[in-house]
Amino acid sequence: MSEVIKIATRTSYGNALVEIGNEHDDLVVLTADLAAATMTNIFEKAHPDKHINCGIAEANMTCIAAGLATTGKVPFASTFAMFAAGRSFEQVRNSIGYPHLNVKIGATHAGISVGEDGASHQCNEDIALMRTIPGMVIINPADDVEARAAVKAAYEYDGPVYLRFGRAAVPVFNDEATYKFEMGKGIVLKEGKDVTIVATGLTVPESMEAAKLLAADGIDAEVINIHTIKPLDEDLIVASAKKTGKVVTAEEHSVIGGLGSAVCDCLAEKLPTPVKKIGMYDQFGESGSAAALIHKYGLDAEGIYNQVKAFVK
Amino acid sequence: MDNLELKKTANEIRKGIVTAVHAAKAGHPGGSLSCADLMTYLYFEEMNIDPKNPKKEDRDRFVLSKGHVAPALYSTLAHRGYFPVDELVTLRKLGSHLQGHPCMQHTPGVDMSSGSLGQGISVATGMALSGKMYNDDFRVYTLLGDGEIAEGQVWEAAMFAGFKKLDNLVVIVDNNGLQIDGRIEDVCDSNPIPDKFKAFNFHVIEIDAHDFDQIRAAFKEARETKGMPTAIIAKSTKGKGVSFMEGQAGWHGKAPNDEQYAQAMEDLEKVGEALCQK
Repeated sequence: MSEVIKIATRTSYGNALVEIGNEHDDLVVLTADLAAATMTNIFEKAHPDKHINCGIAEANMTCIAAGLATTGKVPFASTFAMFAAGRSFEQVRNSIGYPHLNVKIGATHAGISVGEDGASHQCNEDIALMRTIPGMVIINPADDVEARAAVKAAYEYDGPVYLRFGRAAVPVFNDEATYKFEMGKGIVLKEGKDVTIVATGLTVPESMEAAKLLAADGIDAEVINIHTIKPLDEDLIVASAKKTGKVVTAEEHSVIGGLGSAVCDCLAEKLPTPVKKIGMYDQFGESGSAAALIHKYGLDAEGIYNQVKAFVK
Repeated sequence: MDNLELKKTANEIRKGIVTAVHAAKAGHPGGSLSCADLMTYLYFEEMNIDPKNPKKEDRDRFVLSKGHVAPALYSTLAHRGYFPVDELVTLRKLGSHLQGHPCMQHTPGVDMSSGSLGQGISVATGMALSGKMYNDDFRVYTLLGDGEIAEGQVWEAAMFAGFKKLDNLVVIVDNNGLQIDGRIEDVCDSNPIPDKFKAFNFHVIEIDAHDFDQIRAAFKEARETKGMPTAIIAKSTKGKGVSFMEGQAGWHGKAPNDEQYAQAMEDLEKVGEALCQK
């Protein structure tokens, strides 16, 4: 087997912005003293006149982006998920969401894979917060290929988009030549008949590995990659739930309000189905390496395998 | 427009404010009346705008950062011809485009939705930044309350605007000295306001918010100021023009009853008649 390439989706974000900036004059990238961490410094190098550092003032940056959008520009406001969705929630809600302005929020360092910085910076609540804002699109890409495609799709889309990226390098499993990103459409990565695993972000490749372990035990899991959490591909999830009768969700986020909740909201109304939500169970993270944390909190292949197996028994 | 015409127009705008808030049985008359002269000057004299083409690209922008004085903005826009004056009585009613706080998607002439204090100045700063980045020569105006400037975000925006030398931005503080809970000196004193903006690298002008000579001179000075944004600190009287509302914090967010409305309109009619005899 060839060696797996690993790239952090925040790097994909920076690279995609450069490509968009090469073609479009209306792209403006904002950061709040985190250019080197959110990787907008890649864009800054290529398009210094379109890169605006707002200093450590995320609320102001969020509304500056709104102001730029009112004049027809396409701003990408970039900071850590904790500050983009957390600190600036009300700015996003009132100055971007309510007027439905064409602002993209590039939130990096989402989830516990932030690692060593610890719980203060590990945002496991951003999807929940953003889901409550009417008209907000939420995209949580799983690898470099998907992330770059998502950034471009977000640029093309007219309206607010929350893009969620990770700090840690993650395996590139999509094939650039064949990959197609369609906002709001899930992707069936593996068909199965016994249980559906709905995953997002870095739990997608982990769920694929878990499916292999489950197969060895005679459990045929279907694996769905949900890159767009809102609007959710309800048709795909309902169809899969109808087939397998059991659904597991896996996400690097709280089980309160994230992908798992979105899937439950959908199934509860359309096709009541037993669901097991894998994620952060109403708890804060802690310092440690990304890999150690992903393992400890049961979000790696082994953890997902164990929890799915216990659920389908 | 000469000063007399401006005064007459401002008086009509004040009548519209009182009428709208009375009809809505809720709203913020005090701070609407205190900024009515500033709003009149902005929309009838200062800004490059076209009521027939509210979204024309090169227009000057206005953001009502103190969004709760929406009646002042609505009455000004209506009297300027953006929509019929008789729609003012639909303020805050179900189905009306005149939401309790400004909504850019519903009301023609509203450049930004606002109401959550502290955010409007940042949005205005973003608009001004856009103008500078893309060499557009529109100007951006934003009106804040003197209670509002307790919001930390105001100073995030001020720091950025001063640092970026946004001389196409004018921040106006309606300094009526009163907020919901009382005098600003008693709630969480924001004084000295001019010194604060000076420290954030603004050109600061202090005026009487009800003196059109001073208002005119201030906006001219702002236009001539290069290399830094301007802050106009406008000392005003809350409830200006309505005898029993003047200087009363209690009229921050309360509608007049029928009797009080009649008295308010009588006060304003008298002002109007006196102006007509000049």
